[in-house]
Amino acid sequence: MPRPGLVLDVDRSTPPILFHHGESFRLEKLPAGRSRVVYPAEPLPALRDVEGAIADALDHPLDSDPLAARLRPGMKLVIAFDDVSLPLPKMRRPDIRQRVIEAVLDRAAAAGVDDVRIIAALALHRRMTEDELRHAVGDRVYDAFAPDGRLYNHDAEDPDDLAFLGTTPHGEEVEINKAAAESDLLVYVNINIVSMDGGHKSTATGLASYRSIRHHHNPATMVHSRSFMDRHASELHHSNWRMGEVIRQAGVEVFQVETTLNNDTFGEKGPLSVLQKREWEWSTRDRMTFMGMQAGLKRMGPNARRRAFQSWEAPYGVTSVTAGAVDPVHERTLQHCFDQHLVSVEGQTDVLTMGLPYICPYNVDSIMNPILVMCLGLGYFFNMYRGRPLVREGGVLILSHPTPWDFHPVHHPSYIDFFEEVLADTTDPKVIAEKYETRYAEDEWYRHLYRTSHAYHGVHPFYMWYWGAHALDHLGSVIVVGGDTRAVRRLGFRPASTLQDALEMATDTVGPQPTVTHLHNPPIVMADVT
Amino acid sequence: MSRALVLKRKPAKLAAAAAAGRVLPGRGAAAGPLALGEVDPPEGPTDAWVRLRPRLAGICGSDLATVDGRASRYFAPITSFPITLGHEVVGELDDGTRAVLVPVLHCGVRGIDPPCPSCAAGRTHHCERIAFGHLDPGLQSGFCRQTGGGWSTEMVAHPDQLVPVPDDMADEAAVLVEPTACAVHAARAIRAGSAGADGAVALVGAGTVGLTTLAALRHLDGGTGREVLVTAKHPEQRRLAEALGATRVVGPSELARAVRSTTASLVLSDDDATASAAQGQLTGGVPTVADCVGSDASLAQALRVVGPGGDVLVVGMPGTTTLDLTPLWHRETSLRGCYAYTRDDFATALDVVAAADLRRLLSATYPLARYEEAIAHAAEAGRRGAVKVAFDLRGEKHR
Repeated sequence: MPRPGLVLDVDRSTPPILFHHGESFRLEKLPAGRSRVVYPAEPLPALRDVEGAIADALDHPLDSDPLAARLRPGMKLVIAFDDVSLPLPKMRRPDIRQRVIEAVLDRAAAAGVDDVRIIAALALHRRMTEDELRHAVGDRVYDAFAPDGRLYNHDAEDPDDLAFLGTTPHGEEVEINKAAAESDLLVYVNINIVSMDGGHKSTATGLASYRSIRHHHNPATMVHSRSFMDRHASELHHSNWRMGEVIRQAGVEVFQVETTLNNDTFGEKGPLSVLQKREWEWSTRDRMTFMGMQAGLKRMGPNARRRAFQSWEAPYGVTSVTAGAVDPVHERTLQHCFDQHLVSVEGQTDVLTMGLPYICPYNVDSIMNPILVMCLGLGYFFNMYRGRPLVREGGVLILSHPTPWDFHPVHHPSYIDFFEEVLADTTDPKVIAEKYETRYAEDEWYRHLYRTSHAYHGVHPFYMWYWGAHALDHLGSVIVVGGDTRAVRRLGFRPASTLQDALEMATDTVGPQPTVTHLHNPPIVMADVT
Repeated sequence: MSRALVLKRKPAKLAAAAAAGRVLPGRGAAAGPLALGEVDPPEGPTDAWVRLRPRLAGICGSDLATVDGRASRYFAPITSFPITLGHEVVGELDDGTRAVLVPVLHCGVRGIDPPCPSCAAGRTHHCERIAFGHLDPGLQSGFCRQTGGGWSTEMVAHPDQLVPVPDDMADEAAVLVEPTACAVHAARAIRAGSAGADGAVALVGAGTVGLTTLAALRHLDGGTGREVLVTAKHPEQRRLAEALGATRVVGPSELARAVRSTTASLVLSDDDATASAAQGQLTGGVPTVADCVGSDASLAQALRVVGPGGDVLVVGMPGTTTLDLTPLWHRETSLRGCYAYTRDDFATALDVVAAADLRRLLSATYPLARYEEAIAHAAEAGRRGAVKVAFDLRGEKHR
């Protein structure tokens, strides 16, 4: 039985704690007597027979007939799958999406279904490249479906392939991929790396248009979500569930397949395994490995470091496969997520610290630009709680990341303009939404790049900023350790050169001798705060 | 005797100035033929001319080009050496009144009657007789050996060249009137051009020319919501541009992206799917770009971000330049110079200087004795957090 997560009280004997810092690391001493570290659980046992688990899920779904019974000759079958933003880092082949899709296709072939489309449900994310698609669905599926256009990226701006399905009682317009909407069966193949994913969000967001997504990706929804990781306390999810109901009432049949992965991000052996061990348990070999890695990274240029880290493929184990109707499937999936991620934490803290790694959902094979640093810290990691935020209202968040003033011009063209134009004017999500969003969202050039190149949608940097709206509203101050000073200030945060400086600066906001909590992330950990 | 900074035409010294100026802008003052000395006070060609004792005299980009030996050969027939530079002048007349100098040496000043068609039409800056009449050749005071210039304790001026300074305007503000008059002239050209009264405008450069043009445009616009994008290289320029009403201030490398997003342009390149605005060619652009720098790079940038059928106004003084004019041809861009001013522009400039508090653009003053430092400071004004640098003659001893 793997050890669960834990909260460690820091005393004088506690060794320096590992902070991820982009494509490097820092070892930091936390103040003894008033600090604690929230450690993730060790990886849960992986399913030994993944193919068997998939077969069992498809053949014994929740609140649904078996998949095979819902397939018939002449029907239109659409298989949608989560895009390149999941999981992080990408998993070693074979990707679980490939395994599920192959099983679904086997049953479709056996039932005589020949009208099949396979769609990457990327919402407003960038289109996946051929390599990325091959990684997700496997070469066999790719070669069988991509050449004749039956495997493709969802296009949220294609006027000919969007269907308006109706409006929720809250006035939210629901517009999704037409092929999915007009299919006889939509099989959605998901990877739940965190509890925010899956459920009705899969279709209502993953296959939707800007017209639809804007109803929940906005400052008001984000500020009122407590948190994104707790679906029953999340306005974002409430909206998606309302939209899911509209989709259901429109007659779209969804067969949901959800999968969960364990925390085995860096492996229990190998060059990065030290990153998911607890510092006081590091062996001499671990210390040597870490020192060697640090020395090697120092000698590498930023691009080489980025390539090295981005090439890492995680040896995740699959912990569950569940299929059937969306709601029961998702409830079971959430439980599997929480089993892996939740750690009980008593009380809030004055200062929350976290090291940000090199990757977030929106910079796969790309650059973690300053907006994504904000999104990962304030949007994702801050929201890794259930109950109450780990840090008290008016508290301080300290992030560790180099925050380079650097952007991928192909993936993030509108981010550059957002950073140069919008954040130079204001960092207030509400003002940003009112003053700038429509122009960026409807910009023909961004639309062109989203549709034909590999660019995120023009509105995407706005969503990244809104993602942090709840944290911005909650926190008294944000400090970034070791970041590009100009970039950090442009974000509206305060730069500090060392953690000790940052802790000193934090006392301006929370007073002397604050309590400090470090979220030891990644692998993923979620605090259940009482 | 008068104390003056005199520049003589000495080819070898000018070549040395050019070499030094290429290494470090403004260093032509030390290496070239510029020298501080006691000279005979200039005498006006007729009794109508009056004596003007400069109080403050600015250092302009055209002055720097002359000192550094990189002024265009174009000016050779309309400059008479030796000269005392300085045409941005607020001075004092013998009766104690203060006045700013309108330096253009047009027909009325040269005693030419009847005046040329341009002067007759009130466009004295287009004077067709600038090397004739009873004055030696000279485009403006400061470039004519007979008039002297502002970098001295004494010069002469025709009454037509003088505009009284209101009592409540400090010398430090008045010395900005002449450059602001240029800016008013440019702002009027912008409003008469493709941008009209409210179209988007890009101002390239946020030195004295760019900032005063911005102030003048905002003054003439009178509170419209016109988008004015300004490029600024340095933090102080950025701060001032924002204070003077720029809608958006961007770094030079950011202008194309800013124009693209402001005008919802598309971008062309060999591979238009991945082109960024910084690399590619915009399909649209702003209707008017005012190039307030005048370099190869600024002109090329202006041609890149102006929209089809739009206007590029060259407000900063250019030199010899190499440009790809294909976009000018293809997009039917109008390329137009924007030189000097009329008397009416001067009248408006007084209002702009007061209303926009342009006194704040005067960053430093120097006595004549420290002219090498002053010129070096002016030549590197942006980098050193300055805008306008001037000579302060108020403490100079009059003999």
